[in-house]
Amino acid sequence: MRVAVKVFLALLLALLVGGSMMAGSQAMAQTAATSQADRIAALEKQVSDQTAAIAAAQTSGDNAWMLVSAGLVLMMSGPGLALFYGGLVRKKNVLGTMMQTFAMMAVVTVLWAVVTYSLAFGSGNAFIGGLHNMFLHGVGLTPDKDYAATIPLQTFMVYQLMFAIITPALITGAFAERMKFSAMLLFMTLWAFMVYSPMAHMVWGKGGLLNAALGGKIPCLDFAGGTVVHVTSGVSALVTALYLGKRLGYPKEAMPPHSVVLSVIGACLLWVGWFGFNAGSALSSGTLATSAFVATHFGAAAAALGWSAAEWIRQGKASALGAISGAVAGLVAITPAAGFVTPMSALWIGLIAGVFCYFMVVKVKAWFGYDDSLDAFGVHGAGGTIGAILTGIFANSAINPIFGAGKPTGLLEGNGLQVLHQAGGVAIAWCISIVGTLIILFVVDKLIGLRVSEEAERNGLDLSQHGEEGYDWAH
Amino acid sequence: MQKIEAVIQPSKLDAVKDALVEIGIDGMTIFEARGHGRQKGHTEVYRGREYSVDLLPKVKVELVVRDEMVDKAVQAIIEAARTGTIGDGKIFISKIDEAIRIRNDERGEIAL
Repeated sequence: MRVAVKVFLALLLALLVGGSMMAGSQAMAQTAATSQADRIAALEKQVSDQTAAIAAAQTSGDNAWMLVSAGLVLMMSGPGLALFYGGLVRKKNVLGTMMQTFAMMAVVTVLWAVVTYSLAFGSGNAFIGGLHNMFLHGVGLTPDKDYAATIPLQTFMVYQLMFAIITPALITGAFAERMKFSAMLLFMTLWAFMVYSPMAHMVWGKGGLLNAALGGKIPCLDFAGGTVVHVTSGVSALVTALYLGKRLGYPKEAMPPHSVVLSVIGACLLWVGWFGFNAGSALSSGTLATSAFVATHFGAAAAALGWSAAEWIRQGKASALGAISGAVAGLVAITPAAGFVTPMSALWIGLIAGVFCYFMVVKVKAWFGYDDSLDAFGVHGAGGTIGAILTGIFANSAINPIFGAGKPTGLLEGNGLQVLHQAGGVAIAWCISIVGTLIILFVVDKLIGLRVSEEAERNGLDLSQHGEEGYDWAH
Repeated sequence: MQKIEAVIQPSKLDAVKDALVEIGIDGMTIFEARGHGRQKGHTEVYRGREYSVDLLPKVKVELVVRDEMVDKAVQAIIEAARTGTIGDGKIFISKIDEAIRIRNDERGEIAL
């Protein structure tokens, strides 16, 4: 009996000990599982927090650069172009000329808010956007992934607005010293609808025919607006100069610039502002912006030397006006290429553009005898056209693999077709500019007349159009 | 009383002024002027277009002095304004009938 009791007790003890051991190990296992899950969750949260922080930092960095760029591009119009053009006219037209650019800052902005942004960047067909974004409907602070994934859509909108302002302002150089202010306002309003909006949509808009980044049928490389800004404005300028006719007394009377000093200051502001124009077109503050910044600067410098060298050889002196004209020509030509080419290619593009635009302004204009007063066509039309073609030659997939990693971009990499696409984009820009501008000129001429009276032209636009004078020597 | 009108190079204005003050002439009137003599200006080129600038910047100094001061003043101007190159300018002398000080109605040489 005693033995049976002992065995029972021993079994019971064993059971108790074993049970408690099992229970203990179970509890231990449970604790381990819980802490592992917590750790994983904590890690996941940490990663997600970090991702959000990185995204926020990127958004904030990109947005900062884009807002600065937008300001820089506006600086190209306000002081930059206004001073550049203002110095090139006779002193009786200095305010009239500056006012034309300044007026664009107001008029184009209001049009943009109401409808032209929607026509340029809203969803539509291959040629023009729709009306869905009229009055900036749907243009808020959330990014649009197709245009720029890391900045508010409103930043993108206001940045693009600055391009829409300077483009028509460039045309004013062709009809300087002879167009009515009222006619200029109506001309530019219609031009924003008929030429700028469709061209911007085709090259940069969703579904645009020439949009290389979003799969357009004719992929045209135009990083910062060679065709959209410079070809359209330059060609429209030529058409307007031809339609309006020459200034009274041109070319017999002397019409030298009244202040090359103002023009030099204006050109320098243009050069600085162009960093926003081109490097900002990366739509982010990353390496592409750096690449475009460098290319822009190199292009301008080489072109200033190219124009100056041509002038020095032909006329025996390198003039200040020549140097700044060359720099602007280089900036124009590097604009479509800025985000696609190496720094060394940028030097070549600048050099070629400087010499080419010198030839267009000094020789070709004289051959044909048109009065493109401030050479809007010779610099922007010619520079934009040669720049677009050179982009197709020099574009490099190492700088911007726009057609996919390892796929050749430009002619020098083996994609000869790109030169044809570039020529196609330029041809379309020429056609739209010629046809659109002719229609607009005809309509404005019939409605209110384009030119000021002979007397007003002789007295200058400052007095006749604005009732004031730029320089009051008596006080 | 005689009036001396000297058309000189703008860069020589300070020297001429100092020379006249040194010989005791206090009053003079300066005009910014443009003109040319035999040299017929120069050529400027803007974007390939040549402009011949035949009216060059000059300064005209006018002063009216007592008769006995005329030679001294002319000599002072010539010495101060001469560079020996073309375009140094010219001096014209004419008779003055009357001079009147507006402040107190003084007339004649005393008004100079």
